[in-house]
Amino acid sequence: MELLFEELMEHYKEPRNFGSLENFDIKQFDSNPLCGDEVEITCKIDKDKIKEIKFTGEGCAISKSAASILTEYVRGKNLKEVIELSNERFLNLYGFKPSPMRIKCALLALITLKKGVVKYVGRENK
Amino acid sequence: MKKDDFPLLKNRNLIYLDSAATSQKPKIVINAINDYYNNYNSNVHRGVYSISEEATLEYEKAREKVAEFVNALPSEIIFTKGTTESLNLLAYSLDLEEGDEILISEMEHHSNLVPWQQLAKKKKLKLKYIPVNEDGDLEFKPKLVTDKTKVISVTHVSNVLGTVNDIKNIVKNKKKALVIIDGAQSVPHMKVDVKELGVDFLAFSAHKMFGPMGIGVLYGKLELLEKLDPFLYGGDMIKQVSFEETIFNDVPWKFEAGTPNVVGAIGLGKAIEYINEIGIENIEKHNMELGKYAIKKLKELGVKVYGNPKNKLGVVSFNLNGMHPHDVSSLLDQENICIRGGHSCAMPLMKKLNVNGVCRVSFHIYNEKEDVDRLVNVLKKVLILVEKNGITV
Repeated sequence: MELLFEELMEHYKEPRNFGSLENFDIKQFDSNPLCGDEVEITCKIDKDKIKEIKFTGEGCAISKSAASILTEYVRGKNLKEVIELSNERFLNLYGFKPSPMRIKCALLALITLKKGVVKYVGRENK
Repeated sequence: MKKDDFPLLKNRNLIYLDSAATSQKPKIVINAINDYYNNYNSNVHRGVYSISEEATLEYEKAREKVAEFVNALPSEIIFTKGTTESLNLLAYSLDLEEGDEILISEMEHHSNLVPWQQLAKKKKLKLKYIPVNEDGDLEFKPKLVTDKTKVISVTHVSNVLGTVNDIKNIVKNKKKALVIIDGAQSVPHMKVDVKELGVDFLAFSAHKMFGPMGIGVLYGKLELLEKLDPFLYGGDMIKQVSFEETIFNDVPWKFEAGTPNVVGAIGLGKAIEYINEIGIENIEKHNMELGKYAIKKLKELGVKVYGNPKNKLGVVSFNLNGMHPHDVSSLLDQENICIRGGHSCAMPLMKKLNVNGVCRVSFHIYNEKEDVDRLVNVLKKVLILVEKNGITV
């Protein structure tokens, strides 16, 4: 139990990139009815790369820590890379393996970000 | 020690504290289900061969056991797939018109809220709520019932707070309304006598009372069921069918279209036998005492316990401030303790309590004080870890 706790709490206690950007190109909200998790991601894009990223939201330790780790990872990444970041790969990056029901919590931020990125790319390509 | 009657608890070495979600199943229920499939699985009511007759007999015998259990007639017992379907059956079948009022409460499970809310939207009905006070009791006032109130549908026992609602007082003030009670949390834990309560309809599920999943009950007063039209059509619910017309079957079969859940009903019948052997009053006392003990222990730990209703069954909701209930639940799971974390299918009530969710423990006959002690010991460890990690609680 201690191990699980330490892993969860590290990012939960001090989530990285917590907050929201005033000047953004992407703003995407999503929620997970299981835990009542909510996340809103804002990004600034520069030359198809994520220049700045922040997230806000309320939720369980898994969703919050996953959002913290995700935002750290994707900063500076190409949008294509973000879209192609698979659930499996992200869960590997996340490190901690949640129970099957709670994988949704761990993937909430990734799914939200991808939604936002796909919309942005669609707008840009019009 | 009733724990020994429940194979799963031994096989998985669990402390199971989520009986308000579903109960575990005793060996005799599991055996009855096996016996059906091993020895007389067949369709009911139509087959004229011995195993079909046996299945029909057992299916109808289960109906009699249910009827006796809630003090009704067998023809007043409709088998459904659960409380949710029972309540939906009424929402679909009752004759309601624009302007009619429906009165429910703020502590309803989604299953007794969403059907009425959606029906109200569709038929332009007025949906009103009996408020819940800080103690977790309903603030029922007779003036909430008007001449336009056609339906009062309330939960008998809250699945979050354990509150036992004063149904007789509501029945006394019902005016022309029909009174429906959601017995999902009451029938498995206390004596429910439909005649004594005076309700028109009662809905409950087998799986919370040691029976299998996918089978539930709608009780209705015979004269009301006679007048009510079915909302599911098909086989078994008919007497005669021509290309132009159909004559429906008698009550209760006219509400049971399609092949029924025969094995489910038989399992429920067996579960009722099991309850009767122990005595429902003993079950009520056992679970209530465990609830009280859990509240005492949790309060000693300094965690926030929700609700302090006048009458309460063995359901306790609490929060470790600063921790999401699902995180608490996951941590307890690591120690083989099953509790519920989240909104417990009562999101409006959560809003009223001003929380996103709660940790809920609920008890049944296989739980003992030692289970509470182990829960509290692990929660103590969680609190120490929280403090060590500098999270404010």
